[in-house]
Amino acid sequence: MRAAVIQFPGSNCDRDMAVAIRDITGADTSLVWHRESELPSNLDLIAIPGGFSYGDYLRSGAMAARSPVMQAVIAAAGRGVPVLGVCNGFQILTEAGLLPGALRRNAGIRFVCRTVGLTVENSQSMFTSGYSVGEKIHIPVAHHDGNFFADDATLDRLEGEGRVAFRYAEPVNGSARNIAGVLNDAGNVLGMMPHPERMIEAMQGGSDGRRLFEGLIREIA
Amino acid sequence: MKTRIFVTLKNGVLDPQGKAIHHAIEGLGFSGVHDVRAGRLIEIEHEPGLSKADLESMCTKLLANMVIENFEIEQA
Repeated sequence: MRAAVIQFPGSNCDRDMAVAIRDITGADTSLVWHRESELPSNLDLIAIPGGFSYGDYLRSGAMAARSPVMQAVIAAAGRGVPVLGVCNGFQILTEAGLLPGALRRNAGIRFVCRTVGLTVENSQSMFTSGYSVGEKIHIPVAHHDGNFFADDATLDRLEGEGRVAFRYAEPVNGSARNIAGVLNDAGNVLGMMPHPERMIEAMQGGSDGRRLFEGLIREIA
Repeated sequence: MKTRIFVTLKNGVLDPQGKAIHHAIEGLGFSGVHDVRAGRLIEIEHEPGLSKADLESMCTKLLANMVIENFEIEQA
């Protein structure tokens, strides 16, 4: 298995993500700088990590979404390569048009940094097969712009098509319908605000995030 | 030549920052303010030949997020 973690100026969860992928899946994982216009060949997974790419200039994720490497990520996603975007990665994927909606300033204005309860809404996707539907898990969030917005028609469609992967068990940031993570229509792109890579072993306070990667490797293998 | 581009939130999109600014205005003792919405002003210096279509394209491709924002182009 081969994986790539994309690095932008201001990414800060890139190494944690690479460690999680490498340790859990055993994938040959490379870090790819945003100026690259090509990705390593035969990738089985692309991860867009959290952080503050380009200092959140213009809008969170807006500049990163237009960087050279994202054209290659968009092309790979179109070929069905799994793409996981966490936190700033989720923001970048919406800005790049790979996922619907937008992530806006938290309703309470404050940066939210704590472990939150999530409900697994779909266990059929390649990213969530390690969980059961309705299961409550605990994963940390750390964001200022996690308030998911989409118009009602889009929200209805996402829910109707099973594309809401995770929901906050209780309101965290004002997200529409408490949505914490969404899938694209083909099911090979997941964006989520919580950080599964920060919850992969007991030392971190739990391992609920580990199962996302474990499920993923079973699906990809 | 200079063009000003105003990026504002669409109607119906909640604006937590505008709300906080509104509270701060009231906190300073000003009354009679009904609502505040915050946007962004982008000034672009450019060749006179740059077309309106190119400016619009800049807006839809980068300067505004069309899911939540509108833009207005004001040419001097």
